[in-house]
Amino acid sequence: MKVIRTEGLTKRFGRITAVDGVGLDVREGDVFGFLGANGSGKTTTVRMLLGLVLPTSGTVEVLGEPMPARRASVLPQVGALVEGPAAPPHLSGRRHLALLDAAGPGSRRTGRAGRVDDALEQVGLGGVDRRPVRTYSLGMRQRLGLAAALMRRPRLLVLDEPTNGLDPAGIQEIRRLLLDLNAAGTTVLVSSHLLSEIERTCTRVGVLHAGRLVLQDDLASVCGPTGLLVVDTPDPHLAARLLVGRVEAVDGERLLVRDQDAASVNAALVGAGVPVRSLHAQRRSLEDVVLDATSRQAIA
Amino acid sequence: MIRVELVSLLRSRRTWATIALVDALPVIVAVLLAVTDLGPRPGTGPAFLSAVLTDGTLYPLAALAIVLPLFLPIAVAVFAGEAIAGEAQQGTLRYLLLRPVGRTHLLIAKLVGVMAFVVLTVLVVAATAYLLGIGLLGHQSVTASAPGTASVSGTSLSTPELVARTFAALGYAMLCMLGVASVALFASTLVRSPLAAAMGALALLVGSTLLLTLDAADPLKPYLLTRYWLAFVDLFRDPILWHDLVRGVLLQLGYVVVFLGAAWANFATKDISD
Ligand SMILES: Nc1ncnc2c1ncn2[C@@H]1O[C@H](COP(=O)(O)OP(=O)(O)OP(=O)(O)O)[C@@H](O)[C@H]1O
Ligand SMILES: [Mg+2]
Repeated sequence: MKVIRTEGLTKRFGRITAVDGVGLDVREGDVFGFLGANGSGKTTTVRMLLGLVLPTSGTVEVLGEPMPARRASVLPQVGALVEGPAAPPHLSGRRHLALLDAAGPGSRRTGRAGRVDDALEQVGLGGVDRRPVRTYSLGMRQRLGLAAALMRRPRLLVLDEPTNGLDPAGIQEIRRLLLDLNAAGTTVLVSSHLLSEIERTCTRVGVLHAGRLVLQDDLASVCGPTGLLVVDTPDPHLAARLLVGRVEAVDGERLLVRDQDAASVNAALVGAGVPVRSLHAQRRSLEDVVLDATSRQAIA
Repeated sequence: MIRVELVSLLRSRRTWATIALVDALPVIVAVLLAVTDLGPRPGTGPAFLSAVLTDGTLYPLAALAIVLPLFLPIAVAVFAGEAIAGEAQQGTLRYLLLRPVGRTHLLIAKLVGVMAFVVLTVLVVAATAYLLGIGLLGHQSVTASAPGTASVSGTSLSTPELVARTFAALGYAMLCMLGVASVALFASTLVRSPLAAAMGALALLVGSTLLLTLDAADPLKPYLLTRYWLAFVDLFRDPILWHDLVRGVLLQLGYVVVFLGAAWANFATKDISD
């Protein structure tokens, strides 16, 4: 099933076009990484998905229903963090979550305290006391925002830069949390500038550049092997002579070899007396993919 | 959402601090009057103030006349100006809408919250004033146990009549504040800063009060927000002078319909991008 589907989604603010003809396609069970440089339109797109900003043109469907027309039935199944968390500074985190829960429809009072505690526990704020949010650290606020998004066990999580301000352990914790939730059936759309995080968590990626979606594909296929082997040897000249015709580049003691079969290349080198320190298939990093996609677009 | 709004209002220290501030002025006036026994001459000063020295039960009305022109509407403008713009500035507006709280529902909840504040303030002011009135002022009517209270026209009103008319006056004052609240709520949907929203509503208030003193503004006067605010005094004439009261009610309802309508039209389709 399509969890998020947009067609020709466009938003203009006066003269600038923040989002330009975007056709997102997020499927059930995806962890979708939403990438793009500062100002490329990620947050604006997310706001349109959630009915906060109205598109200039184009259509949005979330969980099979049109947005923003059906926000009353769609939004209860969505948890979101949009451009940073927010809470009234004078309330405690616990009270904020309870009040937010009470403010919306379909929230029963029984079990509310339990739900609040569960959500806080999930994001590592289980031990938080009655101090007001005003005194929270940046990472604590971020965790509180995540807890608010998780409160009602949503089918879809939309997280705009969720790891902002988290320490390395916190980032790892949130990664585990997202993967656990995803394994339990939650679809996730996450925007981030931490490409290594996206690479570790996401199944699909979309890249925005100046408001246009310049890439949308499975992570495995864009970050797959490049068909080259990387050979690290103290004797690159001998190795290059042995593998003549297949060497793409020599960079100091590293050779790039056009070959799929690492085992036979290794056998050939070792058999000829070339010491091999390491040998592995080259993979495109997400960074390369993103920079490539955006720079190609810039030329076009 | 309405319940959450009311709970937050009642639990907020700021609500009670504001009420205490608004309430302080009539208290000070009552103490001064009681100590000096120097009332304004009849026909000068705030309405009813000359009468309260002889009849303390009129003091709630005098207190109303003291806070209604300036103090109370400023507080209402600040509270209503903050309603939407405050949430936007704090960043919580988007999370309320995502919860989801419907946009119309949110506006209604905010208006109910502001009006709850108004009702609470008016009742607190009236109650304190009543206690002060019978405790500190109006020695004559208490000691002489006169059969009724003198109306503004000089005839006497029975106690039930006085009570009914006092509550009608309180209701009228609340309606006037609903007018201010509507203007400020509209401003609150328009701008990002709660302060700017309150200032917008206050500008209309001060402008209206100022223009009322200007002869050249005569053709405008029947439409100015504050034109009939003190018409509740006419409830205490014998017979009641309905003319200004009716106009006042219609005018306030006009402001409420226009500005709430504008607030709704603006907010329902607004891009939430703070
Ligand atoms: N309310 C607004 N009014 C005018 N322009 C806006 C508004 N909101 C966003 N923009 C513009 O739209 C473009 C996209 O902004 P957006 O916030 O969506 O970028 P982003 O991809 O989330 O960036 P970042 O990585 O920095 O968070 C920017 O050029 C921004 O200036
Ligand atoms: Mg952003």
